[in-house]
Amino acid sequence: MTRWLTGQIVARPILAFVVVFTVFPFVIPYEGLAAQVLTYGLFALGFNIIYGYTGLLSFGHAAFWGLGAYGTGITLAKLGVTSLWIGIAAGVVAALLAGVVVGYLCLRRRGIYFAMLTLAFGQMIFFTAFHLSEWTGGDDGLRGIPRLPLELPGFDVELDTPLRLYYFIMVVVTLMLLGLKRVLESPFGAVVQAIRENQSRAAACGYDVRLVKLLAFTFSALFAGMAGALEAMRLNFVPIDALYWTTSAQVVIMTLIGGAGTFFGPFIGAAVFLLLQDWLSLVMESWSLVIGIIFIVFVLFMPRGIWGTLLDWLQRRHTPRDPAPDVAMPITAGKKEKGHA
Amino acid sequence: MDYLEWSLIASQAITGLGLGVIYVLLAVGLSLIFGLMGVTNFAHGSLYMLGAYFTFTVLAFTGNFWLALLGGAFLVGVLGIVTEITLLRPLIGRSSDHALLLTFGLSLVLVEAVRLIWGKAGLELNAPSALSGAVDFGFMVFPQYRLFIIGVTAVTLIGLWLFLTRTNVGLIIRAGTRDPLMVRALGFNFNGIRTIVFGIGAGLAGLAGALVGPLGGVYAEMGVHIIIESFVVVVVGGMGSLLGAVIAGLVIGEVVSFTTLFAPKFSHLAVFIVMAVVLILRPSGLFGESGLME
Repeated sequence: MTRWLTGQIVARPILAFVVVFTVFPFVIPYEGLAAQVLTYGLFALGFNIIYGYTGLLSFGHAAFWGLGAYGTGITLAKLGVTSLWIGIAAGVVAALLAGVVVGYLCLRRRGIYFAMLTLAFGQMIFFTAFHLSEWTGGDDGLRGIPRLPLELPGFDVELDTPLRLYYFIMVVVTLMLLGLKRVLESPFGAVVQAIRENQSRAAACGYDVRLVKLLAFTFSALFAGMAGALEAMRLNFVPIDALYWTTSAQVVIMTLIGGAGTFFGPFIGAAVFLLLQDWLSLVMESWSLVIGIIFIVFVLFMPRGIWGTLLDWLQRRHTPRDPAPDVAMPITAGKKEKGHA
Repeated sequence: MDYLEWSLIASQAITGLGLGVIYVLLAVGLSLIFGLMGVTNFAHGSLYMLGAYFTFTVLAFTGNFWLALLGGAFLVGVLGIVTEITLLRPLIGRSSDHALLLTFGLSLVLVEAVRLIWGKAGLELNAPSALSGAVDFGFMVFPQYRLFIIGVTAVTLIGLWLFLTRTNVGLIIRAGTRDPLMVRALGFNFNGIRTIVFGIGAGLAGLAGALVGPLGGVYAEMGVHIIIESFVVVVVGGMGSLLGAVIAGLVIGEVVSFTTLFAPKFSHLAVFIVMAVVLILRPSGLFGESGLME
């Protein structure tokens, strides 16, 4: 049964996503949390493009999430733009441009260097936003983002109830998922994963590794930016913490717990993380102690995450004739580094 | 520049040196651990924070600041050894990302555990009165405690340098940084060496936190900011290079100190601008070898 279900999910990921998330807001405590799972899930999905599929650990993705949020927020709250679409587009473009620049500079190095560089550039953007308080609200965050109606050809839809907003976010996320699926199944997606497995070999095959990595990074930033733009809409507010490195760390935790390098892992990770946080913060003050311990346990014993481990386990029990496309390569693959001999 | 008094500049330079040596203590430990183990220790900031808390507690029990300083650093070193054996050893052979992620998880746990044990409010750590005065250089007056920090760090670094260059264990550590496989093939207990190095790195972080405690106060989040700056120092100096860590630490300390004087808003940003410039000119850092640690 589990196997049949998993097989169906893997074979029709978008359909499975739509079915699950249509009923999702009715099974969890409140709609706001459901929408948060979607925005953070999309953020983790974007992060997974660069970490899970390309094999580069970015510790600065808060920059793109935050720029998406601030781009949308500033356009709607400070510039007086009255179109939701232009607001969202501004956020996404801001994240995209930052992705190109940060990616270009950080992709000069690999491995741990890359992680530290992205972290440092993320902090650079955080401090810049922190000091531009006329625009960003500084330490207090950006307030007063209006909840605009959605302009569709012919009619407008008010997004005035949490449930309407939730379904709007869900439609956007579904479209993003469709786009990602196309990209991952394209020759470009294959090259990206080839780079993760063996960069030198991909280069020897004639692929422009730097360009492909930059494209993957930019694409990842675009997803994070869209997620941030939606989060700014959801909250009508952007906290300065959206850009702080702890937000980057949060998305790393979500992706790893869910399963890096798998299609659904990031959403499962985001859901588990946020539901756990929501529940733990009610029953105890030190909830991040528990999250930290759970994270350590995952790194030590389940580095493939919930979804990755489930897929592995099913594959080991019955080796299917047609291996599921969602079964990703282990993220541990790759060159052994110094000191790990 | 005429209107600026030179004494102000000199005083700011020594303040920068005092800040720089803290970066050096953290970056040398990070670099040592990274060079030998390939581990990016994200928990370094939390170990720094714990150094200050342990010092506070030892001081409360013994009343002796010197003993507290040594005890704080020593206890963090012991915690580092335990961490290496229980948490990092199982990760040998895995991608280096996993060690980074694990130590990040550990840093969350440590910060929250400290809040549980010592409370959420910050604590005050008082330097002994013998160190709380000021030194008059004639052209300027400078707080004694900052000079004390510089002195302690200098002695510690010389001690570390002697240990690495003059002892057999130091020789094996240096060899392990160059080629861990060969060290193992020659029959040395490489796991033991890893444990020692992680313990030393943790102890240095603990000492840094203990030294900073009387200046900036002791609070659970004190490691969250400085860890990023320490990473920047390591990257600027070149990963795995101890000389690079020392020089970059001092340079960054001065950069922060002088931007605080001339353009306070940019003091945090300046660190990252220095890093970006260095990396564009020399992608492997000031003293790093290109292609290493990728």
